[in-house]
Amino acid sequence: MPPKDVNTNNVIDQEEVLRPKMVTVEMAGKTYQVPEGITMIKALWYTGQEVIRGAGCLGGFCGACATYYRTKDDPKVRTCLACQTAVEDGMSFSMMAPFPARKAIYQMAELTDPKQDLFNLYPEAPLCRNCNACTEACPQNIDVREGVWRAVFGDFKAVSEMFMDCVMCGLCVPVCIADIAPNLVALYASRAQGAHFTEKPERLYHRINEIASGRYDAEWDRILKMSEQELKDACSELK
Amino acid sequence: MTLRLLTGRMDIHELQKLVHKTRDPRRTQTLPKYSPAERDTLIKKHHPDYRENAYRPIKFGMNAGDLTVRELAALLEGESPVPENLDLSPAHTVDVLVVGGGGAGCAAALHAYARGAKVMLATKLRLGDSNTVMAQGGMQVAISREDSPIQHFLDTLKGGHMKNDHELLKMMVDEGPSIAKWLLELGVLFDRDADGNLHVKKGGGSSMPRLLTCSDYTGLEIMRVLKDEVLNQKIQLLEFSAAVELLSDGAGTCTGAVLRDLDNKRSLVVAAKAVILTTGGIGRLHIQGFPTSNHYGATGDGLVMAYRMGAKLLQIDTFQYHPTGAVYPEQLIGALVTEGIRSEGGHLVNAKGERFVNELDTRDVVSASIIRECEEGRGIRTMSGRVGVWLDTPLLDAEQGPGTVEKHFPAMVRQYKRFGIDIANDPVLIYPTLHYQNGGVQIDANSETGIRNLFVAGETSGGLHGRNRLMGNSLLDLMVFGRRAGTTAAARAASMPQGPMTLEHLRQFRAEARKHGVSPDVSSPMLLPAYAKQD
Ligand SMILES: Cc1cc2nc3c(=O)[nH]c(=O)nc-3n(C[C@H](O)[C@H](O)[C@H](O)COP(=O)(O)OP(=O)(O)OC[C@H]3O[C@@H](n4cnc5c(N)ncnc54)[C@H](O)[C@@H]3O)c2cc1C
Repeated sequence: MPPKDVNTNNVIDQEEVLRPKMVTVEMAGKTYQVPEGITMIKALWYTGQEVIRGAGCLGGFCGACATYYRTKDDPKVRTCLACQTAVEDGMSFSMMAPFPARKAIYQMAELTDPKQDLFNLYPEAPLCRNCNACTEACPQNIDVREGVWRAVFGDFKAVSEMFMDCVMCGLCVPVCIADIAPNLVALYASRAQGAHFTEKPERLYHRINEIASGRYDAEWDRILKMSEQELKDACSELK
Repeated sequence: MTLRLLTGRMDIHELQKLVHKTRDPRRTQTLPKYSPAERDTLIKKHHPDYRENAYRPIKFGMNAGDLTVRELAALLEGESPVPENLDLSPAHTVDVLVVGGGGAGCAAALHAYARGAKVMLATKLRLGDSNTVMAQGGMQVAISREDSPIQHFLDTLKGGHMKNDHELLKMMVDEGPSIAKWLLELGVLFDRDADGNLHVKKGGGSSMPRLLTCSDYTGLEIMRVLKDEVLNQKIQLLEFSAAVELLSDGAGTCTGAVLRDLDNKRSLVVAAKAVILTTGGIGRLHIQGFPTSNHYGATGDGLVMAYRMGAKLLQIDTFQYHPTGAVYPEQLIGALVTEGIRSEGGHLVNAKGERFVNELDTRDVVSASIIRECEEGRGIRTMSGRVGVWLDTPLLDAEQGPGTVEKHFPAMVRQYKRFGIDIANDPVLIYPTLHYQNGGVQIDANSETGIRNLFVAGETSGGLHGRNRLMGNSLLDLMVFGRRAGTTAAARAASMPQGPMTLEHLRQFRAEARKHGVSPDVSSPMLLPAYAKQD
């Protein structure tokens, strides 16, 4: 019996309230019956498995639950995020174990020629053999292969736009026959784009100077001396 | 009969027809915001913070007698998993131990490291698995010509029902622009205007457009960059290592922490001259049975550890229920539908096809009004027994041209598309979801708690946001107080030796519990919710 103050109304139990159809799925090689349509992660919980590695934000943003799966009778192995994918009858899936990709180490501010530096940091990047496996592996539908080429050709802006959806799940990495870690290459290129190749936003710098030079000091004095009621009145004038 | 039953895909389309039909007439309608008196009445009647039976007083400790939700009270009074005779020989000795790998943790670690401290970052899941990575709406910084830090201050105060700590709040709004600069220099790609300036969007409860965004991936972009930077600086990182108890010198100063390695379940003692707790929020406690938008590890661990150490908690009777959590499909229960949709003009529509609140009012007001609609029978029920109201997403395309939803909310579109729902063409069903802990551990301007050398930054801290956090202020809070905590902790560590490490505070806490007749039947911190089904 759980202690009375602890809430047992956990979301997972909803599925039983529904009394849905049970389906057969294979999880990491074992067969289980689970309610149709629950997410893969919930299917693991449903069968009593504790998930530590393989669950993170549970909202499709952190990439912790990168998973391989296959649907009934289809030989094609696909990829997905387990917290965002519903189970169906005959499905089999396994979570991806952490993959030992090499991340380059760099000091962003000190790079003098980031587009050239890419080749020192990730010398394997230009060795892409165009097999397109990375693109096929991406659960976010990013054209990963194209992104790697864009990075190699120095179009960091395009890379940064293409990879804004990247959750760093790393599913593109183990499939690469040239040992490129496309997500890390893209992250480097995107950061370099932001740090080195975007315009300086004048207005922001202007505001920083205004604050530093005391432009608001007098008004702060006035505001911070206000009584509770005066502050309330000032606030109620806001639209 | 205003309650309609959703029985399947077919019927949802049937019900959605009313939203499509009423769209044009609604477009010309302007709903005034509620007056202060109306807000007050609405919130007291319908906001979950005012359900008395969900609360109880804390029995002992620094906040004895204060009310909080039952789920949290049980954990605060809970039993530490650490035995008093634990061998406290340290496995690691560092200057600054940062606990938690979200936005606040990474910011604190980077700034402490930049000041020359030997830093360790220990986190429960992987680096970056956090609430921060999910933030979609943006970060508030007062940069536009018409705007000012003062305006930001007043908006926040109004949103927080005047209960915000003025000193902390002034600090946050004043340091906002320099934080934006820091992030830009690290390579964060904020959205721009055609002239190269940072683009600002208007958020709920704000009088000015002030949200900096990276499409609807603001948290993801910030987190990707900060994570990468933590790795680049080779800050010592322990993943799947959860803090379960702090250490003290026996005289009220923090001197380290006990971690639990989640892979092999072993305890690991870290000696640290300063500890920075950045463990985030409490959504996974499912307070009052609410679903949550929070990440897997949002179990309030920092509150529990700081409380046992004797730190004071503030405003832990108020939580933020984000107005728009998904209700349908079942797989997305609790997941956030970004506020950005309302910022861009999305309407909330009840089962009668009517709007019922100014959608850009503060979150507590909007949530309370949605709950009112549902409690008074103007909600839409799903087969699984949930209830909600519509968020008219197709309206954005109708107003701003086809493709708007797709272009401005790619993350949202993707999330629903996985379940066969096209939010550009069909409205979505929503209900408030447990989202944010408004209060937390009391801190000073340097992010230090009442316990010397124990710092708290980010969602775990309290005071800044008053009784209702304004949208977009949390991301800024993390960066500002993460920096303050990291910088101060590093300076402190440079000027002092490592103190003795004891569990004296725990012995005292247990004695207090006994004195008050409390024999806890729950172990805390919780670390992870117990979702695995038991037989
Ligand atoms: C879906 C969603 C959308 C949001 N959108 C916005 C937005 O648009 N704008 C905005 O300003 N705010 C937003 N917020 C709020 C904001 O994102 C969070 O308040 C903020 O990110 C919290 O940051 P944090 O660093 O304090 O905690 P988190 O980012 O949650 O990080 C906490 C970290 O601590 C770790 N941890 C927890 N317990 C332990 C332990 N015992 N030992 C070791 N490590 C531990 C966790 O695993 C995690 O890594 C949103 C929140 C959510 C959930």
